Amino acid sequence: MMASSNTMARCGDIWVFIEHRDGNPARVSLELLGAGRRLADAINVDITAILIGESVSELAKELIYWGADTVIVADDPIAGAYSTEVYTRIIADQALKRMPEVLLIGATEIGRDLAPRIAARLNTGCTADCTELDIDEETGVLVATKPYFGRNLMADIICPLKRPQMVTVRPGVMELKDRYSDRRGELIYVDVDLREEDTRITVIDSIPSSYGGVPLEEADKVVCAGIGVGNREGFELIRELAELLGAQLGATSLPVDEEWISEDHKIGQTGKTIRPKLYIGCGVSGAIQHSAGMINSELVVAINNDPRAEIFQFADYGIIGDVNEIVPALIRQLKIAREAVGSDAAI
Amino acid sequence: MEIIVCIKQVPEAGDIGWDPDTGTLLREGASGVVNRHDKHAIEAALQLREAHGGTITALSMGPPQADEALREALSMGVDKAVLLSDRRCAGADTLATSYALSLAVKKIGRFDIILCGKETSDGMTAQVGPQLAEFLNTPQVTCATEISIRGHSVRITQKLEGGLRILETRFPALITVERQINQPRIPPMDSIMEAYRDREVQAWSLEDLGERGDHFGLKGSPTKTKRVYTKEVTRGMVTILQGEPDEVARDLIRALQQKGLC
Repeated sequence: MMASSNTMARCGDIWVFIEHRDGNPARVSLELLGAGRRLADAINVDITAILIGESVSELAKELIYWGADTVIVADDPIAGAYSTEVYTRIIADQALKRMPEVLLIGATEIGRDLAPRIAARLNTGCTADCTELDIDEETGVLVATKPYFGRNLMADIICPLKRPQMVTVRPGVMELKDRYSDRRGELIYVDVDLREEDTRITVIDSIPSSYGGVPLEEADKVVCAGIGVGNREGFELIRELAELLGAQLGATSLPVDEEWISEDHKIGQTGKTIRPKLYIGCGVSGAIQHSAGMINSELVVAINNDPRAEIFQFADYGIIGDVNEIVPALIRQLKIAREAVGSDAAI
Repeated sequence: MEIIVCIKQVPEAGDIGWDPDTGTLLREGASGVVNRHDKHAIEAALQLREAHGGTITALSMGPPQADEALREALSMGVDKAVLLSDRRCAGADTLATSYALSLAVKKIGRFDIILCGKETSDGMTAQVGPQLAEFLNTPQVTCATEISIRGHSVRITQKLEGGLRILETRFPALITVERQINQPRIPPMDSIMEAYRDREVQAWSLEDLGERGDHFGLKGSPTKTKRVYTKEVTRGMVTILQGEPDEVARDLIRALQQKGLC
């Protein structure tokens, strides 16, 4: 049998799971506190952040400034490192007790590990990797929008009968709202009540990522290499251009599949979602698999030798030409421009 | 060691329609392939069996034609293949899918490890692995890049955004794998022939699992697709810069400088 039916009476709060590392919240969790406000206002409820960890009371206060009305805090050494089972136990128990209407979780690797397990325990629906959230005016039900399978398809998914309505939301798609240090809210400390089966996995070691630099999701400028760069030498030119511009380097699927660059740099449906001030696509065709991850960029520059490439449909500036001619020219001209500025300064 | 590998037949990219009434994907008629991540799960199972012995059962849920995906798993070297196929399972979301799979796993019997791909190329939710683990009350480790076994304990390298973690748990456990964990083998032609000619794919219906409830398919799915639509990606007009490479480069740099972006 599945878990007992939990069709809940309306209407609880909007909950946001707070992912953090060493007391620093994941940006997506703060984005969700901001995005949750519009939903909460639409159904006239509050926002509750759910925070699990060890020595996290400072962060708990910080979450109020970022928009939480209430923070449920489970502060316990046993919850210091992320654990699927421990976190599932705490969140599912609290959800059964307090009956949230909605539970929002960032679609990070941790979020995508945790959310489905909680949903299965609560016997409710969870929509993965959403890019838009709305409340249906008539029914008050959460409408979660996600890109659907490859082409330019979007799907609106609802969970009409079960609560909480769970979704994971891609990092970078919701705008980060302002922090107000005069906001007030309530902290609720809860006990961690585990069962033996919640500690079946032991963390032997943790090795931080060697990927330095600004995460792509937070970068102001991104230079992205696509299939048109042709080969590894072409790819290295894109890297040089990115470095000259002080931009982060992104890629579509092909350079990642060819192992010219690690998976962490992939932008699109199966990669990251970015919203930089400047995006330069080099040999990027602009198919939805990629563009779904970069369409919120403020200024889009496209360099592609195919004038019919989709990217020209949504680029602000387009250069029709061979990446391997245009990019070296850009590098040359950037260096010249920099020297000119340098000599001006000397005068 | 008893290993179960869960696989899914997915449409080849660009070969898919959807039902405008139910909003679910139409898989029938589309040519299917084994989901790419799942091939890595099969390979991981084969390597564990090579090192530690045991048997591997490949399990899939899908329309009758998903039989082909299981034949491919057989040709790669799995020992047994089970297809759960029932019209009542059609239109299942991840919860209803995982629940049906959990019943099939219970019918297969005792297991030490269940391997799944990290996600499928069609749904891309990465939810079925964790939900199956929950229904079976086993620990789960997602995003595995290495698996090693000592006695009854299994050590897994997990790739999370913060870096890598080394985790340890005891059997039974469910593990979802990243593509970088291995390079799936390509079966020789005679294995493929044999898989189609001489091997058996057990076909189970919900009846075979002793289930008459409505926890399955569209009915058993808490999520519903309200609407599927195309979204035109449009912005303002594009300004095309023309001329020799160095000219357009200069023009672009000037434009970026004016906007404070360069």
